[in-house]
Amino acid sequence: MNIGEHARRAGSAIAAMGLGIGSLSQAAFAQAAEKATEAAATATAAAGAYVPMKPVPGIGQPVDGGIGFQQQFSPNGHYALWMHDALLMPVITVISLFVLGLLMWVAYRYRQGKNPVASRTSHNTVIEVVWTLVPVLILVGIAIPSISLLAKQYKPAPENALTVKATGNQWYWTYSYPDNGGLEVISNMLPDDEAVKRGEPAKLAVDNRLVLPVGEPIRLQTVGADVIHAFAVPSLWFKLDAVPGRINEKVLVIEKAGVYYGQCSELCGARHGYMPIAIEALPRDKFNAWVLSQGGTIDNQPKPAAAAAPAAAAPAAVVPAAAEAAATESAAPAA
Amino acid sequence: MATTAETFQAHGDAHDHAHDHDHKPGFFARWFMSTNHKDIGTLYLIFAIFAGVIGGAVSGLMRLELEQPGIQYLVTWASIADGKPAELNSALHLWNVLITAHGLIMVFFMVMPAIIGGFGNWFVPLMIGAPDMAFPRMNNISFWLTVAGFCSLMFSAFVPGDSTGNGAGIGWTAYAPLSTYGSNGPATDFAIFSLHLAGAGSIMGAINFITTIFNMRAPGMTLHKMPLFVWSVLVTAFLLLLSLPVLAAAITMLLTDRNFGTTFFDPAGGGDPVLYQHLFWFFGHPEVYIMILPGFGIISQIISTFSKKPVFGYLGMAYAMVAIGVVGFIVWAHHMYTTGLSVNTKMYFTAATMVIAVPTGIKIFSWIATMWGGSLSFKAPMVWAIGFIFLFTVGGVTGVVLSNGGIDDNLHDTYYVVAHFHYVLSLGAVTALFAGFYYWFPKMSGKMYSELLAQLHFWIFFVGVNLIFFPMHFLGFQGMPRRYPDYPAAYEHWNQVATLGYKIMAVSVLIFFINILWTFVAGRKAEGNYWGEGATTLEWTLSSPPPFHQFETLPVIEDAKH
Repeated sequence: MNIGEHARRAGSAIAAMGLGIGSLSQAAFAQAAEKATEAAATATAAAGAYVPMKPVPGIGQPVDGGIGFQQQFSPNGHYALWMHDALLMPVITVISLFVLGLLMWVAYRYRQGKNPVASRTSHNTVIEVVWTLVPVLILVGIAIPSISLLAKQYKPAPENALTVKATGNQWYWTYSYPDNGGLEVISNMLPDDEAVKRGEPAKLAVDNRLVLPVGEPIRLQTVGADVIHAFAVPSLWFKLDAVPGRINEKVLVIEKAGVYYGQCSELCGARHGYMPIAIEALPRDKFNAWVLSQGGTIDNQPKPAAAAAPAAAAPAAVVPAAAEAAATESAAPAA
Repeated sequence: MATTAETFQAHGDAHDHAHDHDHKPGFFARWFMSTNHKDIGTLYLIFAIFAGVIGGAVSGLMRLELEQPGIQYLVTWASIADGKPAELNSALHLWNVLITAHGLIMVFFMVMPAIIGGFGNWFVPLMIGAPDMAFPRMNNISFWLTVAGFCSLMFSAFVPGDSTGNGAGIGWTAYAPLSTYGSNGPATDFAIFSLHLAGAGSIMGAINFITTIFNMRAPGMTLHKMPLFVWSVLVTAFLLLLSLPVLAAAITMLLTDRNFGTTFFDPAGGGDPVLYQHLFWFFGHPEVYIMILPGFGIISQIISTFSKKPVFGYLGMAYAMVAIGVVGFIVWAHHMYTTGLSVNTKMYFTAATMVIAVPTGIKIFSWIATMWGGSLSFKAPMVWAIGFIFLFTVGGVTGVVLSNGGIDDNLHDTYYVVAHFHYVLSLGAVTALFAGFYYWFPKMSGKMYSELLAQLHFWIFFVGVNLIFFPMHFLGFQGMPRRYPDYPAAYEHWNQVATLGYKIMAVSVLIFFINILWTFVAGRKAEGNYWGEGATTLEWTLSSPPPFHQFETLPVIEDAKH
């Protein structure tokens, strides 16, 4: 991974801020938004094929007055949700009710009117050992699945997994696809009325989504271009900080095609609340078609069968999968 | 505990007559150059109440804005603050200033001054039978440094934070690089400097408490005979002494990064933003115990008093606090599960964090066991204390959920975390503060408060805060991130409930202030030991209020008659 590149990016960001933050962030924001809209317009015109998917209400987004976790669409999400709903939640509910019950019973049974003379008991070794050891056992019972959940979450991606990099900027996301000819997507929040017009939830909808293939492990990397951001998608049980100067990496598997929303989850300045994340998960063939429609190339195909349809369109794509984004960037305009 | 009121009654009476002969200094010398631990404690309490009103009002503004999706009030407020029509970005920056101010004020200028500076100063010397703190003048400067810190923080609101508006919008955690090159106005420097000042004051306070408790206990009061409140302050003082210098170092590096071209936290110069988080939370986690441990001590005194029973498992209670303090230093990175820690690190911090639940559980069960077999009277402090035990339990068990690194991946930086730490702080530490206030206010003021208003205060407060914070668990499950002024419509319902809860809670705080007024105007005179046989610690052997200088003849603690 090219850490140096990011250090330089961060460096230039600092320099820019030093020059005159007064107008910069505002201008940069407007500019980026403009550029993104423009890009989207040309892309749609050129490809015609890709139509942004309509989200299903209640899927991949919060539900009105919901009181539980969002429905999960990743294997780790299912495991974690099971662990929370079937183990942690019952345990903490029982403990809380147990303490509440004890308090109420004691308050009733030993109230002054009923028990005018207090005992002087101040020790009972057996009960003290019990209320030390029982919590220890409960915690061991929680720790075992918890550690195994962590192990699952950190299972590295297979070598040929698709790599996608999410860069947090003040205040939008850029997504780059080093395996797809360095394709880059700039993603800004849609204005509320525009989101509603498109049938998407306001404050979550974006102009250009992070499009990802379904059912295969994706090596998702995060980095911050200016300050720390966090890439978070609740329905995929995924949250990873985007820190300047370091690349964080985690595997993401999306089980089902659909739209999954998330929001920046680390305080990053004024518009922290206005840089949502929208993932559109597509079957491999449709994903490949999307890549080509955006001017990218298909270098990395873990499932050759699925990629059969658009393969003809990408003859020049023979750059090794491990190649750096920088190397393939020059090839992108050709496609 | 071994100390009983009967043992010292003679000493207490001996002091009463001396009360009128106290040579109290004049107003300015007494309150601005004070070296008297009780006066300084009073100053701390008044200051904490003042800061708490501001911090609470800020949270009121936040709850008002969050009542509905969209930006309702922020633009207007920003326009008023700037004196000119504000742009949306300025309004959004104002939001970040509000969340930063609320966090810093409540942590550094409300809970800490009240629970350590206020109750600690007032009652540690009284409970150990000492005439005053070990370093009375250092005690004075500790207080005034805290005030200076508060002024620095308030001043920061009126100078530019970054391009978008006045004030520091960096969060109370002040993560680099948002707090370095991300906010280049002087407001951030003033906000950071306010922590230097408050931190220096707290370090001196900690040294004072440690020295006082180790060296000035009355003859016969061994460490294992000290009241649990004194134990709690002792442990807290060690946490302050060991953790605050780390914060001081971290925020000094922020200042040099900001102003003198260093790159401790800047990757462009070989620094690391995550290093700041490690340093901050090495302080920050002990800090949350600093806020709650003295509360544990207060609750232990109250439960024992109103059960008319000695604390159950005294030694277990004392050493549970020591254990919480020690383990509190080795769990800091559970605040950083999503920063890209390695799998082994995350597993370690998951396991270590869970360990804290064991001593905490010991405390909860020991409080209940203290009540068990007692003769309970439900005066206001007791009702607050019982409320504390339940609310703290709820906050504690959600902490166990969050300790799981894999579960935290979804809940980190959501409202679930906000709910968790408000259950242990806003409903835990603050409930303990109110419990302690009603327990000791007549001792400090010499007048009894209205029991009816105190009970009313509790029940309305209890309903209000639960309505504010319980729905936040649901918002967190659903993924609503913290520190957002605006949100998708799906989060509206529970946000409305929370705002309603705030309004109810505000009524209860109003009752609190009415009660204070009522006490001074119409409260009847409080006796020396107005709680009766259950109150056995040394402060109850003195008059209410205690003489200006107490224990001129040291009390002698005799062995307990088991």
